Amino acid sequence: MNSGASIVQFDNVGLRYGTGAETLSDLSFSLRQGGFYFLTGPSGAGKTSLLKLLYLAQRPSRGLIKLFGEDIVTMPRGRLPGFRRRIGVVFQDFRLVSHLSAFDNVALPLRVAGVEESDLQTPVSEMLSWVGLGHRATARPATLSGGEQQRVAIARAVIARPELLVADEPTGNVDPEMAKRLLHLFDGLNKLGTTIVVATHDLHLISSIARSEMLRLDRGQLLDPTGALRHPPKRAEA
Amino acid sequence: MKAGVRKFGTADARLLPEGRLSGPMPWVIAIMMFLTVLAAAAGLGLGTAAASLDDTTGNRATVQIVDANPDRREAQAREALALLQRLPGVTSARRVPAEEMDELLEPWLGPSGAESDLPIPAMIDIDLTPQAYGEMDSLRAALADVAPAARVDDNAQWLAPLAGLIGSLQWLAGGLVLLMIGATAATVVLAARASLDIHRGTIEVLHLMGATDVQVARLFQRRIALDALFGGAVGLIAAGAILLVIGNRIGALGSDLLGSAGLPPLSWAILVALPVFGVLLAMVVARATVIRALGRML
Repeated sequence: MNSGASIVQFDNVGLRYGTGAETLSDLSFSLRQGGFYFLTGPSGAGKTSLLKLLYLAQRPSRGLIKLFGEDIVTMPRGRLPGFRRRIGVVFQDFRLVSHLSAFDNVALPLRVAGVEESDLQTPVSEMLSWVGLGHRATARPATLSGGEQQRVAIARAVIARPELLVADEPTGNVDPEMAKRLLHLFDGLNKLGTTIVVATHDLHLISSIARSEMLRLDRGQLLDPTGALRHPPKRAEA
Repeated sequence: MKAGVRKFGTADARLLPEGRLSGPMPWVIAIMMFLTVLAAAAGLGLGTAAASLDDTTGNRATVQIVDANPDRREAQAREALALLQRLPGVTSARRVPAEEMDELLEPWLGPSGAESDLPIPAMIDIDLTPQAYGEMDSLRAALADVAPAARVDDNAQWLAPLAGLIGSLQWLAGGLVLLMIGATAATVVLAARASLDIHRGTIEVLHLMGATDVQVARLFQRRIALDALFGGAVGLIAAGAILLVIGNRIGALGSDLLGSAGLPPLSWAILVALPVFGVLLAMVVARATVIRALGRML
């Protein structure tokens, strides 16, 4: 896929849980490959639901979603794992595997993707060192602070160099200095071609990436300045 | 990075928490296997006994010349033996010697019983071809011409109720083995479902990272295979020990019929193969259960 091509495309997408009202309505936008996007909006606006659609934890109730150029709404279930391996996810609640060490948590996507054990040590150790947890490689999540857990979650999301990185409030539990470091990591990945989508309330974070663009969500719908059908999100005001 | 999806390796066994699939699972399988091996051993032992009974009585009959007059009895016995040795369907005919008759009667008549005036029938043991055995009436008719006092006893006829009982017990043992297999499979299904619930969080994370259903199912399969192997081995060892003790007790009885119910090497091989079959069954059932449950996730 060429840089600038659409990596994500939503067309009139709606999401409803059970028989309740729509959580997301009429979402239409596209994200280009290599873009850096912030998703903002008040609590309950539907940010996490939108991210779930992006990392293939949900299918929409209606509308069309294309990911990496393919329609994932009608895609057979058996093909989804291959797509999921191209996506890195930082969950809001981290979702670290409690009985695994920090090292094994970070190594998880590589093991799922079939990387040999001998090839795991160096990249995982380097990634842990990069997020400042080289000395806590053997620690279990329960013994890590909230900020440390968040960094393990981020290291796990980026270790396999995903084409699309989806992060839900990734700096919510870290100090400003670490937030800056993590954002720098995302920035570096983005420069290598990874498309980044970060859901956050932190305006300071948004303003720190000059080339980023913003999707604003309110009550399940995209608001101006994200644009109407097929309009790309506008650049965030620095 | 390798293309495609590989199996999770040894290190990935840690993806599910250490410990057994579920606490009592190996012990439940051990109990199931213990009962299965005992039921199978009973079935196999009865099969051996039935075969031995067939060998002893199959296609065999005894001709008795029942006449109170010793001269007539002796003359008819000679005629009957000569006829039987000529008949094409008779493979062997043997007059039971007087000494053997004395031995047979001694428990009932005492040491001097045979020398008394009691009229003891003359007896001829015959082996028949299967076809001739099926046409016993023709044999009776042929004998009636030369030895009117002859009576043909079909050995299988008087052992038929015993053979029927053995056959029924064999079916019962087979039914018990099938029931145990079904119960073991049901136990594995319940344990796999419980384990899925316990590890739902881990499975969801693996799933969202792109693990396939088969990759996740293999984790459970490996764990349950270890449980089944442990339980199967314990059950087999316990049942084997009991079978050896029972075998010794039966040997001490000195009964021909019970003694014939021993287990030949092939039967022991079948019993040893049962836990292996149990492990395979557990793996297949666990895999199917997990894949079916994962199929309900996106």
